[in-house]
Amino acid sequence: MKISYSKQDRYVYTGLRFFSLVVVCLLIAIIFQLFKASKLAFDEFGLSFVLSDFWNPVEDEFGALAFIYGTVITSLLSLLLAGPVSIFVAIFINEFLPKKLASILGVFVELIAAIPSIVFGLWGLYYLAPFVKNYISPFLKKYLGFIPLFQGTSFGIGILTASLILAIMIIPTITSVCREVFRSIPNLRKEAALGLGATKYEMVKLAIINPSFSGIMGALVLGLGRALGETMAVAMVIGNNPVISTSLFSSGATMASVMANEYAEADSELHLSALCYIGLLLFVVTFIVNLFARTIVWNNSRKSRS
Amino acid sequence: MSEIALEVKNLNAYFNDFRAVKDINLTYYKNSVNAIIGPSGCGKSTYIRCLNRIHEEVEGASVSGEVILGGKNIYADNADPVEIRRHIGMVFQKPNPFPSMSIYDNVTIGPKLWGEKNKSKLDEIAESCLKKAALWDEVKDKLHQDGTSLSGGQQQRLCIARTLAINPPIILMDEPTSALDPIATVKIEDLMNEIKKEYTVIVVTHNMQQARRIADYTSFFVLGDLIEHGLTSDIFTNPKEKKTEDYISGNFG
Amino acid sequence: MKVIRQRKMKNFFFYFALISSSLVVILPLLLVFIFLLQKGGASLSLDFFLNNPKPVGETGGGMRHAILGSFYMVGLGSFVAVPLGLLCGIYLSEFGKGKIANSLRFTIDLLTGVPSIVVGIFSYLIFVVTMKSFSAMAGAFALSIIILPIITRTTEEILKLIPRHVKEAGLALGLPRWKVILFIVVKGSRSSLMTGIILAISRAAGETAPLLFTAFGSMYLSYSPTEPMASLPVQIYNYAISPYDDWQRQAWAGAFTLIIIVLGLNLFARFFFTRKTIYRAIKNKLFKKNEDRT
Repeated sequence: MKISYSKQDRYVYTGLRFFSLVVVCLLIAIIFQLFKASKLAFDEFGLSFVLSDFWNPVEDEFGALAFIYGTVITSLLSLLLAGPVSIFVAIFINEFLPKKLASILGVFVELIAAIPSIVFGLWGLYYLAPFVKNYISPFLKKYLGFIPLFQGTSFGIGILTASLILAIMIIPTITSVCREVFRSIPNLRKEAALGLGATKYEMVKLAIINPSFSGIMGALVLGLGRALGETMAVAMVIGNNPVISTSLFSSGATMASVMANEYAEADSELHLSALCYIGLLLFVVTFIVNLFARTIVWNNSRKSRS
Repeated sequence: MSEIALEVKNLNAYFNDFRAVKDINLTYYKNSVNAIIGPSGCGKSTYIRCLNRIHEEVEGASVSGEVILGGKNIYADNADPVEIRRHIGMVFQKPNPFPSMSIYDNVTIGPKLWGEKNKSKLDEIAESCLKKAALWDEVKDKLHQDGTSLSGGQQQRLCIARTLAINPPIILMDEPTSALDPIATVKIEDLMNEIKKEYTVIVVTHNMQQARRIADYTSFFVLGDLIEHGLTSDIFTNPKEKKTEDYISGNFG
Repeated sequence: MKVIRQRKMKNFFFYFALISSSLVVILPLLLVFIFLLQKGGASLSLDFFLNNPKPVGETGGGMRHAILGSFYMVGLGSFVAVPLGLLCGIYLSEFGKGKIANSLRFTIDLLTGVPSIVVGIFSYLIFVVTMKSFSAMAGAFALSIIILPIITRTTEEILKLIPRHVKEAGLALGLPRWKVILFIVVKGSRSSLMTGIILAISRAAGETAPLLFTAFGSMYLSYSPTEPMASLPVQIYNYAISPYDDWQRQAWAGAFTLIIIVLGLNLFARFFFTRKTIYRAIKNKLFKKNEDRT
């Protein structure tokens, strides 16, 4: 029997809805499982989990503060390093380079995003870390040694190296969002600024940077979201030592790196659960950060369109 | 009088609560060209989109009334809009050949997706329809090029060929020349004259002179109301309504 | 005069900052490539591709098992995630209204931002916990969670580019909606969709974190979905942090292989579309020339 066309369409529609629902339910199930798996650690330590920096799998004592500290400091430092560079590169590509060169540099930047983080980790471990130990750290110590951040001995592996790698890895994210934001500015405004006799620098400042301030903020926050969750490259160069130290030369650990290091080998229930708890925290934090960033960027693009 | 092709009874079209087309009653005869004119925003596009049930594809749109095709109401509960559109084809305002599809595929996709698998039959359809659309000579050597590689006027004729390929007795055209230059426009107008030998054409136009040149009958719409309908010569030389006269003489619209 | 000089100086420094920033961005990329070529290229040999690992202590051996394992799991993951992602993308772009569509959109947004290590935990909790063992299946599932949101997003974006009136033209031919979507909208966007799919797969092929405690890794070649399975990224990781010189060398060779695969796929996807159009344009030109002559 032939099925009528409107029925065919209804079946297809129902099928698509069904698959979509499957995906949604899957996510709900996963999040539920994550909560369930963290419950043991949550019952044991409660919210003081995030306030204690004592992490000792042997004695089944767990506190995540050192990891939270490591994640926050590496992410912020990498943002500090990558932010200005990315904004400059975005401006350079969009406003200064001729079309061909611009697309080449654009592809270069996007290629950075395509490099697997394990490759960055390998490079960081064998080349960047020694370089930091032999050149960057002594240099910083010599000129900025009076600041506690740059005191202590550097073994190459540590927070500074991890931040440098992270900075490289988040540049493409920030650059591409910034380019998107700058592109939404009408040409008319740029020409108006130049027509008033502004130098190129003044034009960029007046017609591009100032009006897209919130968009740039959004790009930075998106970069932050990427940095928070980055795992392998950081795990390979940070030293995985859950301590809180004021020195950037010191080794450390992040929420993602501790999971990568200990999850497969964790044998006590509580240890696994504590790692899931950290995973849950990381999940919630990156979600909030991404949501925040998207709202900013979205508002910005809506504003400049109208 | 010749046979009736399509009969419209008490047709109303809505966008949510807004009534865009109001109580239209019209009769179209076979093998005629029927123009619909009126100031922009008068509901002529909405009206023509009701005649093949495309209007309802827009969100919040609905229709009441009857459109009788071959003795059957296309808005009856058991009528299948997909089936109806095979009998009432449509050409759109902007030329819209299907993307990443060759000229040949563009023309034959209708029959092909209805289940026609015979290659020589499809070849035949492609050739005859492109000939009817006066495009064959220009494209016969590049049938496998992308449809979008053609010029705007050629694209529009390709879209007409695509509609002819499903062989609908009635063809609706929604301002088919508004995106085209004068030379391409003339070609499309000649084409309409040609195809009315086999088909019934209902065309919305923004251009009064065009209606005068091509149409046997003309309807004049204002704000969703049908003001006047009749032989084109009567409408343009001897309008019954004051509004029609004003519009035609350029006093309003 | 002084003001003008100041303004010009500022402008000059600005240019300087722009150029040096660009160099700063390109430099690490070049350095990574140079080191990979040096170290990885030098350690690469046919044996590396043809052999499985030798026991600890013996030199030699390769990563055949890991390369095959990567293909296996990426393939298995894509097998599920690509069709599902396409369906979800089609649903969002063609019907995307209502409660289910909105919650799907939210889900996809959320999954896009989830750190890949957390994806690993997801898969661990679903598969490893219930099956009580690390398995290739768990690894493939984790990779499919990486692929799914990317494909759904790109599909939605790509299909939205097809104008409304083109879809209406399809409907006006008396085609049911599903045929319009499948044969006109989706087929018309096939090359862009392929680009999106390949980019998503190349992304998954380079992921390490989601595999660490799902597929776990192995020193043997295995084709069983219920057993632990080696993958190129995890093998590189394990070798890189090992104390053995030979293994470290192999890690470099592995990284070199991985980046060739990933960047190769990436560049292929990027230029596939344009290349094809160029190719077609050239063909047409040649065709036309012949016509003129005859």
